[in-house]
Amino acid sequence: MSILDSKVPEGPIKDKWTKHKNDINLVNPANKRHIDIIVVGTGLAGGSAAASLAEMGYNVKAFAYQDSPRRAHSIAAQGGINAAKNYQNDGDSNYRLFYDTVKGGDYRSREANVYRLAEVSGNIIDQCVAQGVPFAREYGGLLDNRSFGGVLVSRTFYAKGQTGQQLLLGAYSAMNRQIGKGKITMYNRHEMLDLVKIDGKARGIIARDLVTGKIEKHSAHAVVIASGGYGNVFFLSTNAMGSNATAAWKIHKKGAFFANPCYTQIHPTCIPRSGDHQSKLTLMSESLRNDGRIWVPKHMKDVEAIRAGKLKPTEIEEENRDYYLERRYPAFGNLVPRDVASRAAKERCDAGYGVNATGEAVYLDFKSAINRYGNEKAHVLGIHNPSDAKIIELGEGVIEAKYGNLFQMYEKIVDQNPYKTPMMIYPAVHYTMGGIWVDYNLMTTVPGCYAIGEANFSDHGANRLGASALMQGLADGYFVLPYTIGDYLSNEIRTGEIPTDSKEFNDAEKEVSDRLEKLVNIKGTKSVDYFHKKLGLIMWNNAGMARNATELKEAIDKIKAIREEFWKDVRVSGSTNSFNPELVKAGRVADFLELGELFARDALDRNESCGGHFREESVELDGEQKGEAKRDDVNYKYVAAWEFTGEPSEAILHKEELEFNDIELKQRSYK
Amino acid sequence: MSEKKDMDLTLKIWRQKDAQDKGQMVNYPVKSISPDSSFLEMLDVLNEDLVNKGDEPVAFDHDCREGICGMCSLYINGEAHGPDRKVTTCQLHMRKFKDGDTITIEPWRANAFPVLKDLVVDRSSFDRIQQAGGFISVNTSGNTQDANAIPISKIDADNAMDAATCIGCGACVATCKNASAMLFVSAKVAQFSLLPQGKVERKERVLNMVHQMDLEGFGNCTNTGACEVECPKGISLENIAIMNTEYLKASISKKA
Repeated sequence: MSILDSKVPEGPIKDKWTKHKNDINLVNPANKRHIDIIVVGTGLAGGSAAASLAEMGYNVKAFAYQDSPRRAHSIAAQGGINAAKNYQNDGDSNYRLFYDTVKGGDYRSREANVYRLAEVSGNIIDQCVAQGVPFAREYGGLLDNRSFGGVLVSRTFYAKGQTGQQLLLGAYSAMNRQIGKGKITMYNRHEMLDLVKIDGKARGIIARDLVTGKIEKHSAHAVVIASGGYGNVFFLSTNAMGSNATAAWKIHKKGAFFANPCYTQIHPTCIPRSGDHQSKLTLMSESLRNDGRIWVPKHMKDVEAIRAGKLKPTEIEEENRDYYLERRYPAFGNLVPRDVASRAAKERCDAGYGVNATGEAVYLDFKSAINRYGNEKAHVLGIHNPSDAKIIELGEGVIEAKYGNLFQMYEKIVDQNPYKTPMMIYPAVHYTMGGIWVDYNLMTTVPGCYAIGEANFSDHGANRLGASALMQGLADGYFVLPYTIGDYLSNEIRTGEIPTDSKEFNDAEKEVSDRLEKLVNIKGTKSVDYFHKKLGLIMWNNAGMARNATELKEAIDKIKAIREEFWKDVRVSGSTNSFNPELVKAGRVADFLELGELFARDALDRNESCGGHFREESVELDGEQKGEAKRDDVNYKYVAAWEFTGEPSEAILHKEELEFNDIELKQRSYK
Repeated sequence: MSEKKDMDLTLKIWRQKDAQDKGQMVNYPVKSISPDSSFLEMLDVLNEDLVNKGDEPVAFDHDCREGICGMCSLYINGEAHGPDRKVTTCQLHMRKFKDGDTITIEPWRANAFPVLKDLVVDRSSFDRIQQAGGFISVNTSGNTQDANAIPISKIDADNAMDAATCIGCGACVATCKNASAMLFVSAKVAQFSLLPQGKVERKERVLNMVHQMDLEGFGNCTNTGACEVECPKGISLENIAIMNTEYLKASISKKA
């Protein structure tokens, strides 16, 4: 057995969290004033944690690389947040939310953590409403819900298409109250560049002021990493430009195990890349698949004519279209889960049927929905024998009411009218389920160092359900960490203030400064982006939606080579002691160049297909599921937690065996 | 995709080494810009060129590049976030320009937004206004009342949501001839005054936020309405009217 201790409490699953809260140690209010906590990142997890810890009486130092905590990328989440409130009286319960999340994660998450998540989900909605978050309401004044992919109930709370923004601004306002009181010291435009350990415990961080370039030492009794996911290892993703893995990677190198790095979610409905100038990808809400039908032309001559600009998609007859999701998955059709839809689009495009210049796009067509809604509406209005033009007019009105803001966003970016011609979509990297390994208390393998939100691995298994990321971030920050951190800090009440003039702090500071100096002094010939794009391409081609052993081994070698080249030939202009965005980017890409290798190593180890992870060697060979993903519960029902040893791909694998006592393991089927 | 051809452009960009530097406009040619690229991607191309030549790239703020984080700014040809309406600079596309155009790019200009470098300004004054009262004083606990305990009319909830969509980018200040922050401050005041949860502290909130706004050196509002026109999220001037009402009520009853 491994050295990992998940610290999951004993007892029935529904009593574990209550029992644990009763058993863990607390810190008395007078002592909290003498304890400092560093929180890195101010998204939903970090922002809510910083506010809650400060309210409890701890001294919090919060760090954000942006110019304000309100800018963290949680703000871009569109769809909503799940909670088992059962306001719709449709049979929802904590158990159902727990079950859906474990099943959606393809049975690769830790049961006890997920149950706790479901248990506190209702509190999140109560808390946010009390803070003034303007959730959508019904005419009776009560909260409205919508349904999201992969589940049978309506449990998603939302604020237009800007739920993440409103929840983040709620956490930001709670932080502001504590900043105003002096309980949170906010460090904007600061980046954490290393973790400082003393006697094996996390005791502080080294951070860089991004405006002045000054390296700073900050001490604390605990360090909380809430820095989000690592999707930008792919260069192109729906993450913000600045989203990075540096904080997570630095603690990994200081002893925190990295779990399941290969679990990435690739979202099927993003706006395709239009050319090499592209810097990021924009997500279109998954809700579009409720009404859009996905297709590519059946015949290659039509594909070629479209690419040459000689044929419009609207001119292709029904019988010459391949609605491949409806063809392959008659039961779920266009509403198959994200991973299945993404792989199917890639399959068609790899076969040459992509419909734009880059060959990486499929159609999402609303014509049937417009006709259907138009006819319905005409009926409602009592219009008999409506003309085709009238039907289209009425139908477009219905579509606009449902998706108007998304259609407008699409038109702004692509310059085509999606009411009149099908949208083009393609999958893009969206979320990383993998992350820093944490126990039930959300503590990493470094004592006193915690990881919350997308930065940890714990709740989504191999695949995350829609509207669950916001739920997890806020659950960790508002309701889990503030309790569990006390268990560790109760032993720190006699520590006193931690000085930053110790050898450990000075050594870490020097290491950070030396690395920055090294970066600006390479004075090579290629820009940082050159290396980032090169890495991204390997990740996408060799470690993306579908992987095999040969290509993954090749990826490891290639990434090593790029990393070597980077440290010899990168050109970083400017100096270390000034506002220098190129230097900041260089540091982040240097870390991605290491993380990418571990990612490929983890993907290579996991010779099964599960959730968002598809191994070409592990498919069903016959029967109804022929060609579909084949999970291997006998050999891979574990969390892969990697211990850093020097070279990323030579990390040591520790396995946390997963136990499923409350849920029966089943094969997913969408046929 | 756009049918237009790639463009050659001249950029006139504000360069300023740091907060102390005087700063100046500098001309840069850029070639073969795709009309389908965004404005910031066009600046990426310029910066890649500058780095390859060994020059220092132009510093500008940006992050999400999907119009929601509020980090990007830029005063383009005399307009906050450029010529298009209801978009941030990151969602402005080059098809809005013509081959051969000269484009002037400046930072937000306001005393309360000092320039840090090139096109990057310090907007922490906005944060300090929010810290003065832009919140509801409720602690985190698992015991707040049930979210459905207080019904809120759909109209109030929708109006509060419209006010709450402010992204805090500062375009309203940059575009106002008085550099007033009234639209930004009023959006938060209005959001909370429309919701029952926010009504408890409405007087202190508006007085404290306005006090901080004045301390930061923002100008007064003279109702020109330029802020509403340039706001990428369409925040309504009505919020300013709501805030003025709230402020008046609070001032009178506080003194009494």
